[in-house]
Amino acid sequence: MDYVKAFVTGGAICVIGQILMDKTNLTPAHVLVFFVTAGAVLTAVGIYEPIVQFGGAGATIPLTGFGYSLAKGAIKEVQTAGLIGALTGGVKSTAGGIAAAVVFGYSMAVLFNPKSKK
Amino acid sequence: MANNKVGQQTLKLNSHPKIIATASIVGPKEGEGPLKEYFDMVLQDDYFGEKSWEKAESKILRETVKLAVQKAGLTPEDIHYMLGGDLLNQIISASFAARELKIPFFGLYGACSTMAESLTLGSILIDGQYADYVVAVTSSHFSSAERQFRFPLEHGNQRPPTSQWTVTGSGAMVVASGGEGPCVTYVTPGRVIDLGIKDANNMGAAMAPAAAHTIVAHFRDTGFLQRDYDVIATGDLGKIGKDITQEMVLKEGYDISLVYTDCGIEVFSDDQDVNSGGSGCGCSAVVTCGYFYDRLVKGEIKRMLLVATGALLSPTSSQQGESIPGIAHAVTIESMSKGR
Amino acid sequence: MDNQMKQQYNDYVKQKQPQPALVKNLLWAFVVGGLICDVGQFVINASVSFGFNKEEASTIGVVVMIFLGAFLTGLGVYDQIGKRAGAGSIVPITGFANSIVSPAMEFKREGYVFGVAAKMFVLAGPVLVYGIATSVIIGIIYGIFS
Repeated sequence: MDYVKAFVTGGAICVIGQILMDKTNLTPAHVLVFFVTAGAVLTAVGIYEPIVQFGGAGATIPLTGFGYSLAKGAIKEVQTAGLIGALTGGVKSTAGGIAAAVVFGYSMAVLFNPKSKK
Repeated sequence: MANNKVGQQTLKLNSHPKIIATASIVGPKEGEGPLKEYFDMVLQDDYFGEKSWEKAESKILRETVKLAVQKAGLTPEDIHYMLGGDLLNQIISASFAARELKIPFFGLYGACSTMAESLTLGSILIDGQYADYVVAVTSSHFSSAERQFRFPLEHGNQRPPTSQWTVTGSGAMVVASGGEGPCVTYVTPGRVIDLGIKDANNMGAAMAPAAAHTIVAHFRDTGFLQRDYDVIATGDLGKIGKDITQEMVLKEGYDISLVYTDCGIEVFSDDQDVNSGGSGCGCSAVVTCGYFYDRLVKGEIKRMLLVATGALLSPTSSQQGESIPGIAHAVTIESMSKGR
Repeated sequence: MDNQMKQQYNDYVKQKQPQPALVKNLLWAFVVGGLICDVGQFVINASVSFGFNKEEASTIGVVVMIFLGAFLTGLGVYDQIGKRAGAGSIVPITGFANSIVSPAMEFKREGYVFGVAAKMFVLAGPVLVYGIATSVIIGIIYGIFS
């Protein structure tokens, strides 16, 4: 059942992205920025948490989920450490992902070369 | 006195500069297209033994010039001037090739109109008796252009149906004051025209007004009509741009539908996944130097109008929200066979 | 006059140009996006069964997906998926990894500092900037109002 929920939730979020790309002139970079920001804002107003509860990875793997972790981390840290937590919380909760992106990104770039398109 | 000027913007070349030889080298994808047998050389690998695509593009251009000069029975020392350009920043493909070739060099930037621009200026040099042999050349490379103007190759983006595929390849022409070969009789340099298209994925529509304007100006200046031409070929407008150009020219009272084609449509077939068609400096260059030149020499085409088209945008201008100016230069090329 | 002509031409071009095949694109985006998330779900479920708590499992899921996205980009597979799937492979975190590896790999010839390292974040950098900035603002607002 997990998998059905994740599939539907993740698929639906991607469909929203596809509509944005096909119906507007937004580039993929614009869409990604929009999704991460939207994810953070929806989390702050309490809408995204129920979606994560329902969809699991379907809600955390899309970039909105990255926004979700950032916002959730910031709020949590503010609760425990006060206002300074606003600065530390978001990055702390997503540090694993960011470091992974840097390390894997760099090493793959060094290991592989781009292939010509046919 | 500008005695050789005809009408508003056309020049008549009385001495009929001759295109005594051409050469074309293309990438693997172009080599699978419908015109494959007309190209002198098809690369197996678009790195061409080099370490980067920019280096490869420069080498393609250099080898194309060498081949054209060789086919003309000459050596690079015999060539008085080389005129050329490409799409890369600071036209490095052409100037780095000129570094090796040691021919006095005029670097040109007309985006994808460079084949007609270099042929125009080269023919004028010959006609004005300032040179006996010149080379007109241009190149483009899918991977280097993609990298400069769009996304990294391995980025998983989608190409909209209006987008075009940059041709990997180079075409060179040796233009001479004497000898045998199809000759250049009229040239119509075009104006920069911008009707406000901002979508860099729809270059055909951005350049079509310039192409239409130049074609109409050419007809008006020379008195030629569709029936005087066997072929009118725009450079790289693709399906959408071609359609628009034809309609715009018709609106001005000239029907070109019977002889009109576009190099971007000719160079690839529909099943090659190129959306609207080919583009890039190399597009009109390889199609003209390969396919059309062959037919001119054989006399299958008596007179053609090459209208190479360029989109004069840069990634910076696009990001700053500027629209895309287009340009088109027309060159009349006539087969040498008598009777006209 | 000039602007009117441009407007007219833009309208004319709009009616000429073919539209993307929306239904097909949406279907591809939905299926591929869904499948990628299922792979993530599988990794998370597997981590939980290995005894990690929910939060750790979620991080492991993200890290593994980033690895997969980066690896498939290196192999030259990810752009092939993206050609069909569009947002289906751009929006998941694997697409974020793709946007990092693809420019980094391509600019290797320009060196390891100005090439690889500097170009890594041309597409992904804005995501971090806006994501982190938003989280800080949210944290501050939360801190003030609670």
